[in-house]
Amino acid sequence: MLDLPLIWFGLLITALFLYVLLDGFDLGVGILFPFAPSDECRDRMMNSIAPFWDGNETWLVLSGGGLFAAFPLAYAILMPALYMPVIMMLLGLIFRGVSFEFRFKSHRSRFIWDYCFHFGSIVAAFMQGMILGAYVKGVQVQGRSFAGGPFDWLSAYSVMTGVALLFGYALLGATWLVMKTEGITRDWARKCASYVLGYVGVFLAVVSISMPVMNAGVKELWFTLPNFYYLLPVPLLTAALFAMLWRDLHKGVENRPFFLSIGIFLMGYIGWGISLWPWLVPFAVTFRQAAAAASSQSFLLAGTLVILPVILGYVAWCYYVFRGKVSNEEYY
Amino acid sequence: MIEHLDPVLLSRIQFALTVSFHIFFPAFTIGLASWLAVLEWRWLATGNPVYSAIYRMWVRIFAVTFGMGVVSGVVMSFQFGTNWSLFSDKVGNILGPLLGYEVLTAFFLEASFLGVMLFGWNRVSRGMHFAATLIVAVGTLISAFWILAANSWMQTPQGFSISKNGLLYPESWLKIIFSPSFPYRFVHMVTAAYLTTAFVAGGVGAFYLRRSRHIREARVMLGMAMIMAIFVAPLQLLAGDMHGLNTFAHQPLKVAAMEGLWETARGAPSIILGWPEQEKETTKFAVEIPRLSSLILTHDLNGEVKGLKAWPKNERPPVLLVFWAFRVMVGIGTLMILTGLAALILYLRKRLFDVGWFQCWCVAMTPAGFAAVLAGWFVTEIGRQPYIIQGVMRTSEALSPVQSVPVAVSLGAFILTYGVVFGAGSYYVIKLIAKGPDAQPDVYGSHGVKKAQLFTGTMDEPTTGN
Repeated sequence: MLDLPLIWFGLLITALFLYVLLDGFDLGVGILFPFAPSDECRDRMMNSIAPFWDGNETWLVLSGGGLFAAFPLAYAILMPALYMPVIMMLLGLIFRGVSFEFRFKSHRSRFIWDYCFHFGSIVAAFMQGMILGAYVKGVQVQGRSFAGGPFDWLSAYSVMTGVALLFGYALLGATWLVMKTEGITRDWARKCASYVLGYVGVFLAVVSISMPVMNAGVKELWFTLPNFYYLLPVPLLTAALFAMLWRDLHKGVENRPFFLSIGIFLMGYIGWGISLWPWLVPFAVTFRQAAAAASSQSFLLAGTLVILPVILGYVAWCYYVFRGKVSNEEYY
Repeated sequence: MIEHLDPVLLSRIQFALTVSFHIFFPAFTIGLASWLAVLEWRWLATGNPVYSAIYRMWVRIFAVTFGMGVVSGVVMSFQFGTNWSLFSDKVGNILGPLLGYEVLTAFFLEASFLGVMLFGWNRVSRGMHFAATLIVAVGTLISAFWILAANSWMQTPQGFSISKNGLLYPESWLKIIFSPSFPYRFVHMVTAAYLTTAFVAGGVGAFYLRRSRHIREARVMLGMAMIMAIFVAPLQLLAGDMHGLNTFAHQPLKVAAMEGLWETARGAPSIILGWPEQEKETTKFAVEIPRLSSLILTHDLNGEVKGLKAWPKNERPPVLLVFWAFRVMVGIGTLMILTGLAALILYLRKRLFDVGWFQCWCVAMTPAGFAAVLAGWFVTEIGRQPYIIQGVMRTSEALSPVQSVPVAVSLGAFILTYGVVFGAGSYYVIKLIAKGPDAQPDVYGSHGVKKAQLFTGTMDEPTTGN
């Protein structure tokens, strides 16, 4: 018999990770947007993500929809608990999403949509970071419902994780631009990336230290023997990735920095995942307790196993179609 | 003050607002995607640059509306949880997989190939580009399939069991997906979307003809739109009638509200116009046609039709809204059929493209489809109240443990945001329409080289502006 909850847990965290990476770089471009040296650069930046943003955001819909489908209990507890940040994130995504098309269509009012794109991206990214922080701190649950107050998600810690994710996405965005643009845009993006990289390192260190400090279970998981030795590669690999990225950025390598940033995100994500295992609603509901009926999970799994590879195939093909450096001309 | 407002009511208003806002875009893009596929196909088949000019104009409008559809759709996928978490917990086993399949089979398809459709002109072959358009069109239909399956199940639920702890468990997926009202709702909605797009395209074509601009493109737009009005609008009447009969069989209370009938009767009249009053349990100022309801609903002049009083007061939906929304929908449908009829007569007299009053009429009908779609959804959704799942779960039992203030604040934020976004979106779409198709559409080529004007055939175009 298949372990359906475990398979779904795996699929869900994979979908969420793909969202963080893919929308991460285009949110990152939005975060860096007004700091670019010229309007021409901004056009290039926009063109580099315009064909992809809407597919990237679909991974968020899949994460939300997948949580609803495979773990309805977790969805029903987390969404009310995170009511305000989720709504604000959605509003941010609305403003930045419509800015793509509106911006291409406007001339005199273009600057308005440039700002909507920038601030929409910042709000969405910051709220996602805050959600992350609130999630790590745990959620109050009674019975099958959220039992906390409307502002439980708000704390100094969640503000910190919000800022941390802003820098993280900015790193992804900057290294994406190093790969996809040339000339002054690329040179500027490279400077941004190495500037942001330091902050990412600091925040990653703070988050990594804070999690075991805040929660005894997490501390025990990481700092008892022999776990400590098994888990040691995670921080070591992360440090190595930072060093490689730093060198690449200063040596002028163009493609690898983006993938190294992805590596840093992956390490952070793995560390985070290990710490929270097996909770889906931290410290209240495990992924097994939240699982939907076996017949629901297997019904959706049957389709997913066929369709997901196809999706990954054509998404990869779309990235291949738009490979190479972008220009600042409008395509259509 | 705000904390004394009912969070159920606020959440309902918020959901109604966000879903009504959202439905505008699918209602338009489902039809538009298919039309774009037809246009590109005609262009590839005939090489006629008029088709590619129309395609390029409308694909820009498609991009704007699709973008707004995507972002308002993301909101929907989270609102079940943020505002209706008890509902999500109870029915997640059933509705979750349906929505999951929608994302997997439709959303990714649409979102990924839209990029190729919009930006891929110089990067893929013509055939591949056409395939991308076609895939997006099919994606919109697949999306409609799943979301309407989910909605239909909430109207006519079957194929499930209820456990001791109150959760719903699936018993038969076929029964859940193909619930009794699904085939009718699917056909009715997709047809409605096609007609909505047709009337927008026709209205824009008529507008150009009226102004003597972009004559050749305008003729194609109006002509294709009128083909839809002539052939599809009457079919929609048929589909709507069958959908109504299905509702009568499964949700007779909704039909009683649509008809404004309070008393159960044999040979029940059809109330054409009137003012239903919920408290007094009557329909005032009723203009009736005797026995017509019985005839339509039971195909028998003396058939029995149940009135609203056959159900207890706390089971009845808000009759006034359902009654009038139904009349708006049917009224607009009738106007569409008449438009098709007029177009047919004009066409047979070879005057379809040069009658002034008809052009004005078509311009006036441009937003008709949107109003009809919205009214139709009001009928079916408000008509299901006070239930969120017909007969299984009440809307009042579905709410999240949220307080009034956050919901009121988010509702205000949505109103503001959607006002701005919708205003700006409409402005840009109108600007694109005012600009019209490019005078020289043939910029296609691997290097974006424009062909000489001589070959594009745009020299003799009697356009006055662009």
